[in-house]
Amino acid sequence: MWTWFYRLASPPYVYRVAAVWMPWLLGGAAFAIGYGVIDGLGFAPPDYQQGDAFRIIYVHAPCAWLSLFAYTTMAVAGAIGLIWRIKMGHAVAAASAPIGASFTLGALVTGSLWGRPMWGTYWAWDPRLTSELILLFLYVGVMALRSAFDDANRGDRAAALLAIVGVVNVPIIHFSVVWWNSLHQGATVAKFGKSEMPGSMLWPLLAMLLGFMLFYGAVLCIRLRGEVLNRERQSAWVREAIGS
Amino acid sequence: MRVGGWETLGLVLRRELVLGFRRPDQLVQPLVFFLIVTTLFPLGLSVQLVLLREMAPGVLWVAALLASMLSLEALFKSDADDGTLEQLVLSGQGVYVIVVAKTLAHWLVSGAALILVSPLVATALAIPWSAFPVMLLSLGLGTLTLSWLGAIGAGLTVGLKRGNVLVSLIVLPLAMPLLIFGAGATDRAISGTSPLGALYLLAALCLLTCTLAPFAAAAALTVTLE
Amino acid sequence: MNSGGFWAMGGYARFVWPCFVFVGGVLAWNLWAAWRSVALARLRANRALAMATLDRS
Repeated sequence: MWTWFYRLASPPYVYRVAAVWMPWLLGGAAFAIGYGVIDGLGFAPPDYQQGDAFRIIYVHAPCAWLSLFAYTTMAVAGAIGLIWRIKMGHAVAAASAPIGASFTLGALVTGSLWGRPMWGTYWAWDPRLTSELILLFLYVGVMALRSAFDDANRGDRAAALLAIVGVVNVPIIHFSVVWWNSLHQGATVAKFGKSEMPGSMLWPLLAMLLGFMLFYGAVLCIRLRGEVLNRERQSAWVREAIGS
Repeated sequence: MRVGGWETLGLVLRRELVLGFRRPDQLVQPLVFFLIVTTLFPLGLSVQLVLLREMAPGVLWVAALLASMLSLEALFKSDADDGTLEQLVLSGQGVYVIVVAKTLAHWLVSGAALILVSPLVATALAIPWSAFPVMLLSLGLGTLTLSWLGAIGAGLTVGLKRGNVLVSLIVLPLAMPLLIFGAGATDRAISGTSPLGALYLLAALCLLTCTLAPFAAAAALTVTLE
Repeated sequence: MNSGGFWAMGGYARFVWPCFVFVGGVLAWNLWAAWRSVALARLRANRALAMATLDRS
C-alpha cells in the first residue's frame, strides 16, 4: 500500500503519471462543469428571496472552496517537503499557489458582484470577506517569498514554513460565519446532515464543486511537470525525457 | 562548558539590550516614524476633533504596525551580516532559546518604547484619558504578538538582499486580526462599551503566537541560514 | 423558459453574467499559465542540457 506513496516521491514517476492523468481530469472537469453550468443557469428554479442572482453561487462557492482546498494542499505538501525532505512535496506546493490565488480572486470578485444586489454593497469588512482577502495576501506572500531566494531549495523551505504559519487562516475563514455575526450567509451544503437546499438547486452546485476540484487536479498535473523539470534539470532521466 | 537554557536566555537577552541601547538612533527612528505617521492622518484628512476620536484607534494601531515593520530589520539583520547569527545558531544552545531572547529583547526595546510614547500620540488624536488603560493593555499585548510575527518574517527573509518590503508583505497579513481586535478594543473603550471581548481575543492571539511562533521563527532561521 | 428572460436573469444580468465570464477567465488563465510554465521549464531544461553537452565536449 505504501509503495504508492513512495512512488509519488519519485520525480520521474510524477512527471510521467501527471501526463497520463491530466486529460482524464480535464475531461471529467469539463463534463461536470458543463453540466453544472447548464443545469444551474438554465434549469434550476430561481430562489424565493434572491431570484436569479443566487445563480452566482454556482461559480462563487466552487471558487471559495477551492481557494481553501488549494491553500491547505499547499501547506500540507510543504510540510511533507519540510519534514520528510521529499522534493515532490515542494513541487506540489509551488504548483498549487498560483492556482489557489486565482480562485481566491475569483471568490472575492464574484462575491463582490453578488453582494451588490443582495447586501447593497460591493464590499464589507466582515469576518469572512476580510479573512478571505487575507488569504489572498498570504498566497501572494508565499509566492513572493519562494521567488525571492536564489537557491530554489531554500526558497521552497521558507515558502513551506510561511504556508504552514498561514494555514491558521483557513479554519478562521471556514468558521467565521459560525463564530461571528457575519453578513455572509452560513454553510449551504451541510457536510454531514441534510442540506437545506432543494435538490434541483443542489445537484448543479455539487457538480460544479466536483468539476472545479477535477480542474484543479488537471492544472496541478500540468504545472507539476514544469515544477519537476525545474527541480530536476540536472538529472539523467530528464535528459532522456526531453533531450532530442 | 555546557551552559543551561535559562543562562543562555539571560546572556543573549542582556547582549541584545546592551546593543540595542548602544545604537539609540535605531531605537528612536521607528518612534519618530510612529509620531509622524499618526500626524499624517489628521493632516491629510483635516477632520474635526470628534471625528478624529473615532478614527484614532485605527490610526494609532496602523502607525504602530508600520513602525514595528521598520524596527524589525534590527532583529536579525545586523547579526546575520557579520556572521554572529550563524555562530549563535551553531553554538549548540538551541535556536529556540536564541530566538526567544532576541525577540524578547526586541519587544522590550521597540515595543515598550512604542507603548511609552502612545499616551502622547493618543492625546494628539483626541483619545480620552479614560480609554488609556485599555489602549495601553491592548498595545502591550499587540506589540508582543507583533514582535513574534515579525520574528517569523525576519527569520524567513534574513538572507535576502531585497527583503525589506517582503517582510512587511509577509507579516502584515498575519497581523491583520491583531489590528482588528486591538483597534476594536480601544474603540470600544472610547465609546464606553465593554472592551473585554476584544481584549480576550487579543490575549488569545498573543498567547497562541507566543507559544507557537518561537518554533516557527527558529525553524525559519534554520532553513535560511544553513 | 423564454430565451429573452434567460439572458436577463430576472433583472440581475449585470451581476450574474460578469461573474460567470470572470470565472471562465480564471479557468482559462489557469490553463494558459500552467501550459506556459511548463513550456518555460522545458526551455530551461533544454538549455541546461545544451550547456552540459558543451561542457563535456
